[in-house]
Amino acid sequence: MPEKLRMRFSKTGRAIWLSHLDLMRTMQRAFLRAEYPLKYSEGFNPHAQISILLPLSVGVSSVCELMDFQLREDVDLTQLPERLTSVMPEGIVIHEAYPMENKSKFLKWLRVTARLEYDDRNLEEMAAGLNAFYAQDSIVITRKTKRGEGQTDIVPAIQTLNATAGERHVELEAMISAQEPTLNPDHLIAALRQLKPELAPDFAAFTRQEVYFENGEVFR
Amino acid sequence: MDARLERILPRVLKPARYVGGEYQQIIKDKADVDLRMAFCFPDVYEIGMSNIGMRILYDVINRMPGVWCERVFAPWGDMDAEMRKAGIPLYALESGDPVSEFDVLGFSVGYEMAYPAVLNMLDLAGIPLRSADRPDLTPLVFAGGTSCCNPEPMAPFFDLMVVGEGEEVDCELLELFRHAQKSGWSKTQFLEAAAQIQGIYVPAFYEPEYNDDGTIKTVHTTHNAPARVTKRIIEDLDACPFPTHPIVPSTEIVHDRVNVELFRGCIRGCRFCQAGYVYRPVRPRKTETLIKQGIEALKSTGYQEATLLSLSSSDYRPLSDLCDGMLEYCEPRSISLSLPSLRADNFSMDIMSRLQKVRKGGLTFAPEAGTQRLRDAINKNVTEEDLLNSCRVAFEGGWNGVKLYFMLGLPTETDEDVLGIAELANRVLHCWRQYAKFKNRGVRITVSTSCFVPKPHSPFQWEAQVTMAEYQRKVNLLRENIRARNVTYNWHDPDTSFVEAVLSRGDRRIADVIEHVWRHGGNLEAWGDYFSFERWMNAFKDCGVDPYFYACRERGAEEIMPWEVIDMGVTRRHLRHERDQAYKAVLSPDCRKQCTACGALKLMTKGGCCDA
Ligand code: SF4
Repeated sequence: MPEKLRMRFSKTGRAIWLSHLDLMRTMQRAFLRAEYPLKYSEGFNPHAQISILLPLSVGVSSVCELMDFQLREDVDLTQLPERLTSVMPEGIVIHEAYPMENKSKFLKWLRVTARLEYDDRNLEEMAAGLNAFYAQDSIVITRKTKRGEGQTDIVPAIQTLNATAGERHVELEAMISAQEPTLNPDHLIAALRQLKPELAPDFAAFTRQEVYFENGEVFR
Repeated sequence: MDARLERILPRVLKPARYVGGEYQQIIKDKADVDLRMAFCFPDVYEIGMSNIGMRILYDVINRMPGVWCERVFAPWGDMDAEMRKAGIPLYALESGDPVSEFDVLGFSVGYEMAYPAVLNMLDLAGIPLRSADRPDLTPLVFAGGTSCCNPEPMAPFFDLMVVGEGEEVDCELLELFRHAQKSGWSKTQFLEAAAQIQGIYVPAFYEPEYNDDGTIKTVHTTHNAPARVTKRIIEDLDACPFPTHPIVPSTEIVHDRVNVELFRGCIRGCRFCQAGYVYRPVRPRKTETLIKQGIEALKSTGYQEATLLSLSSSDYRPLSDLCDGMLEYCEPRSISLSLPSLRADNFSMDIMSRLQKVRKGGLTFAPEAGTQRLRDAINKNVTEEDLLNSCRVAFEGGWNGVKLYFMLGLPTETDEDVLGIAELANRVLHCWRQYAKFKNRGVRITVSTSCFVPKPHSPFQWEAQVTMAEYQRKVNLLRENIRARNVTYNWHDPDTSFVEAVLSRGDRRIADVIEHVWRHGGNLEAWGDYFSFERWMNAFKDCGVDPYFYACRERGAEEIMPWEVIDMGVTRRHLRHERDQAYKAVLSPDCRKQCTACGALKLMTKGGCCDA
């Protein structure tokens, strides 16, 4: 019985605009094109046994996406990344595939970077302002939930955060909680819009850089 | 990616349709390219990418060395507004480059309601709308597609129009254009040469003169252009390339599957159906070709569905063999096969049950008319017995829904014919009561009607469309007579059909109306979100055009039609004969029973025969 497998891939460039559903469909078709037989569920409406660990929002880049899957036969996993990448749309690159060892619930931290664009503000001032803003003891934002609006303090979900002024924009790097609680990087910007609009950027582009265990070790 | 684009994409619906990058898109090195074409589809991505004609031509044109053909679709309203606000011009998906930098823009215009969207795309590209306002050779703006069989309503906007199938003529045109660019020709010089290619209509070289009553008196030809432009066809489809490595959209489109095109043309000759006449002669592909192409496309795309496409798929002679061949590959891989255009007959039902082993939703039939007399008049060769037999097979096989499509306002229609629709629906219901396998699940019979639009190059091209009030009266009559709880009646509003009727049989004077509509906010008119009847009526008024003259007037037998210059193969005499037979409710044999010498055979210049 072939084991459970996991692969790490990037979703960058034009591919960041694919929704989670688009990506799932793309993955299934790519496996078929590469002639890797995905395992399907039994039943009336069989679907491929694939699952993506932390679904990514549309418009966010990532170089550390993880997907679990199962195949109906054993394959050479060292060849898989290249073969699968060759049948992917632009912007999706498979880096490695390996037997799955760590349950997804042990994935805790996520390191993200962001390019914050300010069209006509001083970048040094912005960076300093951002560092001060996120260093507060509590930042309570209003967010839409399934049951209307809710209040959340995002500070417990931020381990570290650092903003630096670059030449054209502010670079932000943060270690945030990926699960329990889940902090969507968008909330970092939402906090600015709600509480300190003068620091809210004209545009923000996030990239997921790496995922970690609770203890700070890289999660695979 | 354009930094401005990156900023607006998070704010628009379905951004994936605006970025390209799909698997098997064609990217070329600009250093090797001396001619860039923007293949423009005047509707949104999901519709355009589902269009088989566009897939075929994208493939064929990109096979030309030195030519790079990219895709351009119409942005939805939100994206359109964002692009205009940010100053982003219309761009092509593959390279992201502005369309205005391209040498050639080719619009694929399949239906008339897309006309305002063409203008919107030109404007968004920053290109003047009218051919006369584009004095230079580059960019060339042309059109192809079924709507070109009446090129007149869009005549002032396009530099030229391609009539018929594009695989060969598009390439000839692009070669000529490349030559013209290299030789420094003027636009007129190029158009004069292009007009000599069979299938190319240069509107500027034809000048209609009108009678006092508004009909066309004559058409003057200038610049040595041919008196008639004869449509192009591919004589040997097996020898013609077919896209076996099509683009696989990353986001969902309407028809997200592999297309296998069985044949072109139709043997039936339903008198209301433009497609049945303008795609003649009938030319099938060989079964081996189709199986090979189908399997290759399935392999290259990873699609889990293939459809056997054509105007009337069950008329493909070796359909059984084809299905066997495809199923042999598809079944073990759980790939489903579908047949879109089913006739209500035993053979089709047989094939159907073989293909759809699992999914059993609803079945769709199009009897088009409620009584045998009217079905005979329109030459829809389906009897009530055929239909009920098919329903019986379906119900016995476990289907629990049937959709029935009809048209109201067909020539010669009486109230008896309208009521016949209700009766037919009742008989289908009765059939279900008698034969259904799973009665406890209930049954859903849906009757839909739309208002008939007389089309150019069909036997009903002379007919008046019924007025909107008359259509509504018929709808009410039918509604009062459909009483069974299990039968649902849906009807389409007649206002779009009315506008469609004006556009499809319009002449050059309609162009101002189209531009007026666009200038007042009209765009993707095939979408209910955009269509505004009031906007069209205002445009007719402001432009001094009487829409009833075009939609609801019966043309005289000898009247010169706006599309008279266009020769689609089938002769006017044949069409008129078919029209006369309709008034006698006399059927004509299909091409297989007996060739009625429609005229299309003359297009087979290499001596091929029809339906071989
Ligand atoms: S030439 Fe004859 S067989 Fe061919 S399409 Fe016309 S009627 Fe049919």
